[in-house]
Amino acid sequence: MPEPHGALAQQFEDLEQQHESATLGMWLFLITEIMFFGGLFAAYAVYRSTHPEAWHNGSRHLDVVMGGINTAVLISSSLTMALAVRAAQLSKKTALLANLALTIAFGAVFLGIKAIEYHHKLEAGLVPGRFFTYVGPDLDHLQLFFLFYFIMTGMHAFHMVVGLVVLAVLVVMTLKGRLLGDFYKPVELTGLYWHFVDVVWIFLFPLLYLIGRHG
Amino acid sequence: MSTHSAASYLNASHGIASWLFTRDHKRIALLYLISLSLFFALGGMFAGAIRLELLTPKGNLMSDATYNKMFTLHGVVMIFFFLIPSVPAVLGNFLVPLMIGARDLAFPKLNLLSWYLYMAGALLAVTVAVTGGVDTGWTFYTPYSSTYSNTNVMATAAGAFIAGFSSILTGLNFIVTIHKMRAPGLTWFRLPLFIWAHYATALIQVLATPVVAIALLLVMLERGFGVGIFDPKLGGDPLLFQHLFWFYSHPAVYIMILPSMGVVSEIIAAFSRKRIFGYDFVAFSSLAIALLGFLVWGHHMFVSGQSMYAGLVFSVLSFLVAVPSAVKVFNWTATLYRGSISFDAPMLYALGFIGLFTIGGLTGLFLATLGVDVHVHDTYFVVAHFHYIMVGGALFGYLGGLHYWWPKLTGRLYPHTWARLAAAIIFLGFNLTFFPQFLLGYLGMPRRYHVYPEEFQVLNVFSTAGASVLGIGYLMPLIYLLWSLRSGAKADSNPWNAKGLEWQVSSPPPVHNFDQVPTVTEEAYAYAPADKGGS
Amino acid sequence: MSTHVASVRLLLTIFVMLLALTATTVAVAYFDFGRVNIVVALSIAAFKSALVVLYFMHVRYGSRLTWVFAGAGFLWLVLLLVFTFGDYLSRPWESVTAW
Repeated sequence: MPEPHGALAQQFEDLEQQHESATLGMWLFLITEIMFFGGLFAAYAVYRSTHPEAWHNGSRHLDVVMGGINTAVLISSSLTMALAVRAAQLSKKTALLANLALTIAFGAVFLGIKAIEYHHKLEAGLVPGRFFTYVGPDLDHLQLFFLFYFIMTGMHAFHMVVGLVVLAVLVVMTLKGRLLGDFYKPVELTGLYWHFVDVVWIFLFPLLYLIGRHG
Repeated sequence: MSTHSAASYLNASHGIASWLFTRDHKRIALLYLISLSLFFALGGMFAGAIRLELLTPKGNLMSDATYNKMFTLHGVVMIFFFLIPSVPAVLGNFLVPLMIGARDLAFPKLNLLSWYLYMAGALLAVTVAVTGGVDTGWTFYTPYSSTYSNTNVMATAAGAFIAGFSSILTGLNFIVTIHKMRAPGLTWFRLPLFIWAHYATALIQVLATPVVAIALLLVMLERGFGVGIFDPKLGGDPLLFQHLFWFYSHPAVYIMILPSMGVVSEIIAAFSRKRIFGYDFVAFSSLAIALLGFLVWGHHMFVSGQSMYAGLVFSVLSFLVAVPSAVKVFNWTATLYRGSISFDAPMLYALGFIGLFTIGGLTGLFLATLGVDVHVHDTYFVVAHFHYIMVGGALFGYLGGLHYWWPKLTGRLYPHTWARLAAAIIFLGFNLTFFPQFLLGYLGMPRRYHVYPEEFQVLNVFSTAGASVLGIGYLMPLIYLLWSLRSGAKADSNPWNAKGLEWQVSSPPPVHNFDQVPTVTEEAYAYAPADKGGS
Repeated sequence: MSTHVASVRLLLTIFVMLLALTATTVAVAYFDFGRVNIVVALSIAAFKSALVVLYFMHVRYGSRLTWVFAGAGFLWLVLLLVFTFGDYLSRPWESVTAW
């Protein structure tokens, strides 16, 4: 039996309990995400410490301009997401729709730029595995760097795609007149997820793009 | 109190769809019970094949390659698809809402989803048994798993990966439920220790499982794309995999044992008619075990090439885990002192747990000692230690809990004499199987070989004989518990005359557990001293 | 209920700070500070993350429980890093290099 959206589920006493449970559940989910990406960051850090030269060189193959623009794009999407939460709380339907749409647009731009970068790396023969045709010193470790580049940014991009799908669902729900006022919770939870994905990128950007710039 | 309300959760709706799409935590618990029992039987068959092969020094029954697959499948099935979910998914799912006075878990749909994830992962991994097997051991050590093994590592790792999310969702659900949905008056220090144990377990599930997920994912990527993440030939470091793997898999041992400790606390209190001695200490020791469990993973890597300084630190921290573990054992023992003890089947399992867990824990200290570990590493000593914790501990807790709450789960009583007999047979069979393995390991018999020098045969024959007894012991509950479903006497709401909110609702409980949310006014285990138990 | 509505002004301030910090971290990366480069980069990243977590994710106004769990996530990541590096960084100290 599908309950009307945002209504009180039978296991809860009141909406406050339901909302608090949802927020706590989301934070616990984000903790699992921290640890999931954390395993990757730990592996990255170990190899960076054992092969500093390769990491330095690998980093120089990345495009700081594109990475920097993407960082700004993602931060902008976080702003519009935060504004969307505010609009939902204040029952401003048009503002909610506009900010959700902007967030989706920024997210799509980010993925588009990421795709261009991936394509450049493919052309340069820097995609690990059988496409790795790049010629230079210490290829094994350079390949290891790019392995981590692709796994980490790929995992991040995957999370963005999931986020975009959820945002699209929120747009449809808004058009049906939900998510406003007391029913803003799904927007807030999506916002938590979206900001978390932003935080991951905030670390990925310097660790991948910037570590080899000096010297 | 009404003994049978017309609409219990079992007969409120009918048909297969009412089970497969249920969001009732109690029905989901039974789905887990059925599926876990099947996978336990499967894992047991692999174990039987191993013990049969080891009856003789030569490899008469199967080739070395087949033997490798047998012990791998035994480990994978038993750990990922039986022990990790066992107590939380079955008893925890059923009891956490009942014990805290809630109508369900916080997220019933996620709860159902976690059962489907479990089934998807388990079935995927089990299909491996007929599609080439897997021979890496349950630990998936690289670079063998990622590069060299010719068996079906991908599907097995994917199965464990998927089942991991099931475990995460269960933990997440428990934490939110315990924080947000306790009945009025049920403060943290009035909670049953079962709840504390599950809370600690859930923290580990949430914090540790994602790391093994990423480790397995990296193995799959490395294997699938032929790149070198952990392969030293391509610049990787195989020890890094071990770090990530054991960051989860050591705490996972506590995912398996902590819930059983919670079960034992409930049983000891109910069958001694006393409040658990030092309740606060037992409660906090669960959290301490969960925390310390995260700081000791390197003791699996003493002889792996890990830095010996790291080894020293991990060794010292491993000793510390003995403190909260001993707190529990001493406090249970102190609870027994001058209690009105009755030796029903659940109590036999709980007492068995205390004894066997003590042996398992003390031999764990041998293994935490660097010098001793170098001697017994990768021998049957480790195998015996591990099984004393996992079977003598975790499984005994599971069986004890199943017997304790069976009347609540099903509304039926089982024959007590048979149950006591089965508990005794399982205890004897278990010790006969695994105690000789301590001796074998100390004498130097390495694990994971299907042939061995003839001087080890006598002890191996004992062990295999014990395994046969153990097998019979496992079959007995299967028979009399199934029998009880149809022919057992009907249970009233509180057949053990025990304390706890779960015993205040009818057996089996109504769909939404409590018509009115109860208000709690007393501490857990408020047994009156003169109040002699039922049965 | 913990419904905190953030002001537009605050959100915009955080946004501008985040952009400025991004520009800073890029600019600083071109100067060679030796080992300090990574420390600076990670400090700026940590500060940016803190801004996002505290203001965009409302933790600043959240319950104590939210603080505890958000903190636990990062603490556990630190545990993973510290103990893993405990191994890698102390390997060169050993007098025996291989066995």
